Amino acid sequence: MSILLNKQSRIIIQGITGEEGLFHTRSMVAYGSNIVGGTSPGKGGEWVLDGKYPVFDSLKLAVDATGANTSVIFVPARNAADAMLEAVDGGVSLVICITEGIPVQDMMKVKHHAGTKGARVIGPNCPGVLSAGQSKAGIIPGHITMPGNIGVVSRSGTLTYEMVYALKQLGLGTSTCVGIGGDPVIGTGFTQILGLFEDDADTEKVVLIGEIGGQDEEAAAEFISRNMTKPVFAFIAGVSAPTGKRMGHAGAIIEGGRGNAVSKITSLENAGVKVGHNLEELATWLK
Amino acid sequence: MKLHEYQAKQFLSRYGIQIPRGRVALTAYEAKQIAEELGSNVIIKSQVLTGGRGKAGGIRLARNPREAEEMATAILSMDIKGLPVRKVLVEEAIQFNREIYLAIVNNRVSGTPTILVSASGGMDIEEVAHMSPEKIISENIHPLLGLRDYQVRDLASAINLPHSYWKQFMQICKSLWQLFRDMDATLAEINPLVISTENELLAVDAKTTIDENALFRHPDINEIGDTEVEDPAETEAHKYGLSYIKLDGEIGCLVNGAGLAMAVMDMIQYYGGKPANFLDIGGGASADKVASAMRIILEDGNVNCVLINIFGGITRCDEVARGVTLALADASRQVPVVARLIGTNATEGQKILEDANMHTLDSLSDAARKAVELSTGSHT
Repeated sequence: MSILLNKQSRIIIQGITGEEGLFHTRSMVAYGSNIVGGTSPGKGGEWVLDGKYPVFDSLKLAVDATGANTSVIFVPARNAADAMLEAVDGGVSLVICITEGIPVQDMMKVKHHAGTKGARVIGPNCPGVLSAGQSKAGIIPGHITMPGNIGVVSRSGTLTYEMVYALKQLGLGTSTCVGIGGDPVIGTGFTQILGLFEDDADTEKVVLIGEIGGQDEEAAAEFISRNMTKPVFAFIAGVSAPTGKRMGHAGAIIEGGRGNAVSKITSLENAGVKVGHNLEELATWLK
Repeated sequence: MKLHEYQAKQFLSRYGIQIPRGRVALTAYEAKQIAEELGSNVIIKSQVLTGGRGKAGGIRLARNPREAEEMATAILSMDIKGLPVRKVLVEEAIQFNREIYLAIVNNRVSGTPTILVSASGGMDIEEVAHMSPEKIISENIHPLLGLRDYQVRDLASAINLPHSYWKQFMQICKSLWQLFRDMDATLAEINPLVISTENELLAVDAKTTIDENALFRHPDINEIGDTEVEDPAETEAHKYGLSYIKLDGEIGCLVNGAGLAMAVMDMIQYYGGKPANFLDIGGGASADKVASAMRIILEDGNVNCVLINIFGGITRCDEVARGVTLALADASRQVPVVARLIGTNATEGQKILEDANMHTLDSLSDAARKAVELSTGSHT
C-alpha cells in the first residue's frame, strides 16, 4: 500500500507535448508509472514517445478515452490555473500541479472549486508524488528512492531529494513521498497528508520537511499531538533566514514576525516530534 | 512588487476612494508650486518603499509654500533605511476626528483574501496585532463570491462606526475589494482612513503590493514598478533567472533548489560561520548560468569562501563544475571553494573541480564544516 498513488493509478499528463512535459513523462514511464496519455490543446490525435501515448485536445476527452483518475500538470504558469480547473471539472480525483509562478488569487479560486467538487489538488510549485517501487507522478528522481515504510511530506523539492537519498544511503526506504509545494496557497497541506500516512498500513514513521513562512507547520504540530500515533520526525529550513525576504519559494517569507523557523520547531517539539539540525542527522534517527 | 504611496493613492482615487488633494514633486521648487496651488497647510511626504518614514523625519508639516520648499529640500537629500528619497508627495493637511485601519490581504492560513479593520488606525498595525490582537476585526472573503455587504456592515458595527458613515464606508470597502481583485494585489492597505472634520472619509496613507506572479496580465503596473530600490546584485541575478538575496556573512553559497539553499545557509550558521547570500540556480542550469551566479557571489567583497551544494537531477554536476571554473578563470580575486556534488554526473564534476584545486566532499555537513573552517580561519 501507499497513499495517493499506486501501480493502478491511471495518469494523464497535461502539457505532454512541451519540453518539460515530454522529458518527465519519459522518466515516469521508465519508473513504471501507468501513464495513459496526455493533453495538449490543438494537438489532439497525435502520439508521443515512439507513438505509444495518445494526445488529446482536452482533459475530458482524455478521461473518456482512458479512464484516467490522476493528472500531472506541466503547462506554463499563466495557463496552469485553468488546467487545474479543467482537471477538477473533468472528473480526475487527484490533480498534481508541478508548475511554479501561479498568481495567488488564481490558486485560491482553484482551491475552493476543487473543494466543492471533492477533488484533491497537490501543489502547485511542487515535485509531485512518488510511491516507491510503484509509481511516480511528477519529477522526483526515481533512482534515489527505494521501497520502505517511511512516509515523507515536504514543502521543498530538493530537500525532499536530499532526505530520501540520505535514507537510502542507510538502507531505509519510503512508502510514499509527497511534495506539497512552496507557494503561499497550496491545494493540500501537511495535516491532510499526515492523516493519510496515519491510516496507511505500509507507513510506520513519517518525516515532515517544512520551511519558514505561513502557519502550516504549526497546524501540523497540533494535528500530530491530537491524532498521530506513528512517530514523526521533522526538519525546518530557514533558521538563518532574515525577516521580510522571500527565500526563493513564493511562500518562504517571515512576515510581521510570523512564520519563523524557531516558532515552527518549538511547536513541533512540543507535539513530541524530533526535529533535526540537518537531514543527515535526521536520517540516522530513522534507523 | 510594492507601489509607492502616491501610486497606491492614484489607484484608490481611480476606484472612487477620496484622497487628499496633492501631487508628487521631484524638486523642492515643484513642491513649493504645489503648496501654492493648494493654498493651505501641506504635508511633505518622502516616497520610499519602506516603513518608519515619519520616525526618520521623512514626513513633515509645512505652513506655507516657503516652508514647503525648505522641507522638501531637506527631505529630498535624505536616505531612509539606506534608500535615497527621489520624490516627495505634497498634499493638503487633513484635519480629522478619528482614524481607522482598513486593509485587504491574502490570508495563507484560510486560503482566501481577508479584510481587516481596526478602530486603532494610524498606528503600526503589526504592533497592534502583537499587543492587542482583539482590536483587529477580520472577515475572510470568499474567493468566488467576493466581499458581501453584510460583512462590511458587521465590520462597521464592530468598530462602532456611527450609522451616518456606513454608506461611505460600504463604498470604500467594496471599491478596495474591487481594486484588490482587479490588480492582483497581495496587500491593499489604507492606514489611516480618517473621518475628517468635514465628515468625509479619506485615505490619508496607503500601501499596495502586487503579486509578482500576476504581472504578466498587468503590463501597466509592471512599467511603474520602482526597481531602484533593489540591491543591484539582486537585479543582476534576476536577469539570469537566478534567485539571489544578499546577506551580511562571508561564505558565499551556490545551491540548486530554494529549500536546499536555505538549509545550506542554516548549516553554515550551525557550524559557526555566516552565509553571505541565498542563491538558488534553479533546475537544469547551464555552465553559463552557473558562471554568472559565481561572478555575482565573488562581486561581494565580504565573501572569503564559497560553498557549493548540488543535488543533481536535471541539473548536471559537470555542467555546474564547468561554470564554476569558467567564472574563476577570469575572476579578479580567488577564494577557496568547497563543493559537494551528488547525482547526475557527480564524478565528472568532482574531477573538474579537484583538477582546479577545489575541495570536494561527500557529505553536506562535512562540506559546511570545511567551508566554515576556511572562512573563519582566514580571519585570524
